[in-house]
Amino acid sequence: MSSFDTFEPVLLEAAGIDDGHTIESYRSRGGYAPLEKLLSEKQPPEVVEMVKSSGLRGRGGAGFMTGLKWTFLPKDHPGPIYLCVNADESEPGTFNNRILMEDDPHQVLEGTIISAYATRASTAYIYLRYEYPKSWDILQKAIDEAYAAGFLGENIKGSGFSLDIYLHRGAAAYICGEETGLIESLEGKRAWPRIKPPFPAIEGVFRKPTVVNNIETMACVAQIARRGVDWFRSIGIPADPNNPRDPGSYGPKLYCLSGHVEKPGCYEAPLGITARELIDRFGGGVWKGRQAKAVIPGGISMGLMTEDELDTPLDFAGPGTVGCLGLGTAAVVVVDETVSIVDFLHNSCRFFAHESCGQCTPCREGTSWSLRMLERIRAGKGRLRDLDLLAEIGDTMGMMPGSTICGLADGAAWPIKNSIAKFRDEFEDYIKQTNPTGYMETDPVPALPIVTTH
Amino acid sequence: MPTVIVDDQEIEIGADERLNCIEVARRAGVEIPHYCWHPGLSVVASCRMCLIQAGTRNAETGEVSMIPKLVPGCQTPVKDGTVIVTNSEAVQESRARVEEALLIDHPIDCPICDKAGECLLQDYHFEHGQSERRADIHAFSSRRRDVGPTVTLFVDRCIMCTRCVRFTREVSGTAELMVSARGAKEEIDTFPGFPLDNKLAGNVVDLCPVGALGDKDFLYQQRVWFLKKTENVCGGCAAGCSIVTEHNQDTVYRLKPRENLHVNKWWMCDEGRYGWHHLHNATRIVEVSHRNNEDSQAIEWADVLRRLPKELTDAGRLGIAVSPMLTVEEAWMLCSVARTIDPDAYLAVGHVPSTGADESFPGGFTIRGEKAPNRIGVEMVLSMFGTVSESGTVPGWNDFLEQVRAKTIQSAWVTAGYPTPETSWCDEATAAPFEELNCLVVQDLFESPLSNRATWCLPAVGFAERSGTWVNCGHRAQTFEQAIRPPAGVWPEGRFFWNLLGRSGLYDPESIRKQIAESSANFAVLSGDVPSIGLDLRLQQVAGT
Repeated sequence: MSSFDTFEPVLLEAAGIDDGHTIESYRSRGGYAPLEKLLSEKQPPEVVEMVKSSGLRGRGGAGFMTGLKWTFLPKDHPGPIYLCVNADESEPGTFNNRILMEDDPHQVLEGTIISAYATRASTAYIYLRYEYPKSWDILQKAIDEAYAAGFLGENIKGSGFSLDIYLHRGAAAYICGEETGLIESLEGKRAWPRIKPPFPAIEGVFRKPTVVNNIETMACVAQIARRGVDWFRSIGIPADPNNPRDPGSYGPKLYCLSGHVEKPGCYEAPLGITARELIDRFGGGVWKGRQAKAVIPGGISMGLMTEDELDTPLDFAGPGTVGCLGLGTAAVVVVDETVSIVDFLHNSCRFFAHESCGQCTPCREGTSWSLRMLERIRAGKGRLRDLDLLAEIGDTMGMMPGSTICGLADGAAWPIKNSIAKFRDEFEDYIKQTNPTGYMETDPVPALPIVTTH
Repeated sequence: MPTVIVDDQEIEIGADERLNCIEVARRAGVEIPHYCWHPGLSVVASCRMCLIQAGTRNAETGEVSMIPKLVPGCQTPVKDGTVIVTNSEAVQESRARVEEALLIDHPIDCPICDKAGECLLQDYHFEHGQSERRADIHAFSSRRRDVGPTVTLFVDRCIMCTRCVRFTREVSGTAELMVSARGAKEEIDTFPGFPLDNKLAGNVVDLCPVGALGDKDFLYQQRVWFLKKTENVCGGCAAGCSIVTEHNQDTVYRLKPRENLHVNKWWMCDEGRYGWHHLHNATRIVEVSHRNNEDSQAIEWADVLRRLPKELTDAGRLGIAVSPMLTVEEAWMLCSVARTIDPDAYLAVGHVPSTGADESFPGGFTIRGEKAPNRIGVEMVLSMFGTVSESGTVPGWNDFLEQVRAKTIQSAWVTAGYPTPETSWCDEATAAPFEELNCLVVQDLFESPLSNRATWCLPAVGFAERSGTWVNCGHRAQTFEQAIRPPAGVWPEGRFFWNLLGRSGLYDPESIRKQIAESSANFAVLSGDVPSIGLDLRLQQVAGT
């Protein structure tokens, strides 16, 4: 981790500057100059090639290669092509998009304009989470400033390229952050993820080719344009030469550190920092001098790491090596030793049962069934058999086994799988202690009265 | 020819066919269970019941590579070399889990559910489900709310396949139904003040794979396993939708559409769907009556056969209105009878009810304004008897009325059979000139100003009580069987005409049909078997020439 000690934040360079969100501040820091240069010097395919060679992977959660995604757009399409910027940041523990939009909105906009230029989109939508009113105000103001300065609208800086950006506010649902759920919602429909194929690059918003990228990805594109591909590739973890399918984890990353740490916050670090380094260096350690019991590596849907696994690097490949789903949104949540893992899993299940869109049977019923089982366990009526059932739900629900359309179910399954696999003793003790007479029961039991979680 | 391998069985498909795994498997005799997929609706792949394993066989090496995860059969198109596995352990386990998941919130109130017996949830659970319940047991719940004037929703029975929602969006184009709430709490609902009220609304009940949507007309009327099914054709309009009449002990309980891609696809309109109640209307004419000097008396059919031809022969020139409600066979026999009574008899098509313009829906379904099933068939029969006028058209009801008023005919035989007990098809003014005739025979379902003036008033039968062939507005000939017996004492027109022609034995429409096909090129194709989806007479004529 040679680059770690000398690492200077770039995505967060405006953090702490009072008027960092204004266009004057951004330009004084060198912003928009790369865009002007790029518009006059590079053709869209060259920009795609630039992003492709930088190794930038999408920051929204799945970590798909951004440049590669852009090449999936049909060649010579008569248009329109749309760019959707996903700012529906709903993964629990995640707030890096908000920081970027509120502290340095022009960085996001510059990246968006470059990406639109590269993908030949003439319209970009920023799909903003409903619960972010401040981001809405700042971003809209920044868009107006960009129009006034000639970076948006017709024939940007005489390049012949035109772009309009629309800020669209969602209506508060986790599923709207899923690529195709977002597209449906943007079209004014219920955010039920679409079946694929066709993928959005072929048929997305209003049945036109569409690219969906995260806010942080846009900020990275702006920085790649400013600082160059080599700078970007000098940061992070290179591709594993023994694994031809590993594209590496390059560039800076915003880690959202929250939970039981002394100093929660959004910190920028090179991809590949370990969870322990992050917690100790930036977070000031676990709070109140306690031990960490578990750490969520990247949003609750990625599962759990135990204290022993904290030296895992938080790059795109790292969390997977300890049984987690992936890096996700890099939202690291620390759970200290006083927390009951039963309560933790209950909270997780409650979230996903509430947010499951209800389209696919396994997810709709699986998330709700697991919540009811957790409620029953916490009510002192748990049975050891429930743990097997929970593990089975965790193993069979999701896009990976093929039983659902989108990845929400995988995200719901991973905390269940990880908690039961890594903390099974604690679950068993809890059940035996709270239900000493019935924990061995295997017959179906009457359900508890349904508790509304709204 | 592209070849698809379904559970080790090789199936050839057409080069241009675009099929999914469910359709291909069906050809191989393998049923892939599914709830949300329907051939007439868009694919959502959300019920996950049709998950199967799929892969490709390399044409050169013969090596099979499978997709590592389960895929929905409805969403996966097949091409040459596609391999489908529907009976592996992984597939069976997945089905069992989906069944289990669907039953977690289901009330399992089959004993009081109308769908029991034809419910996919029941059938699939029996075949693919597990015998043991592992989920928590919920108290029985059966919330019910009406979603429209004809359809009611049992909320907790719903499995959220959204077929009904897609139907109102894609086929009827009215979009009344929607999904409200989220996750396991979601429900089918309507927007307040906008109930499910369109002319195709009844189809959502047929589409519902479980007992969630109920037809209020059929609700709690009959257990489905008591119903006998007869393939029939709707007589409500000129579209001639293929239907199934479901009946028990000579009582019709409901009509359902029958798949016929050439006519109605999978749908039928509510007008047709509920258009069987007239069959059991208490005001139907069920007796033969002969009116002599204002004195009406009931009479036996045997006497009618003996006396009617003679009376008509004595009455002078005969005019016959051949109802478009009659089948081709009945129309042909009636015309033949007419010719034996009076070789110079005037033949015209009877009254053709109409409500104006056709009404089309986004899904390609059309309700015809012409409310008779067989005008074209009757016209074709009449032209066989040389009744084409100078202008090349077959005389109609107005021409017939003209003849009556001009007194060029002295006796008239009007066949009717219109299914409208509330409003009479013939008004007083139209009926008045018929009083001048020497003899008037009216054959109808319900009394009308015309039947009140009849010398002979004969009962007619409704669509489910007759058998034969109708030719719809698209020149498609469809043959159907009699579903129920008419009320006691009523002879179907076919039987009556058969006897008038002096034929022996039971009325046999097939023999008549063959005879017609032999004597008319237009009907020639009817000489063989008519498939259940019917035959296009125009296409067949072109092919024949």
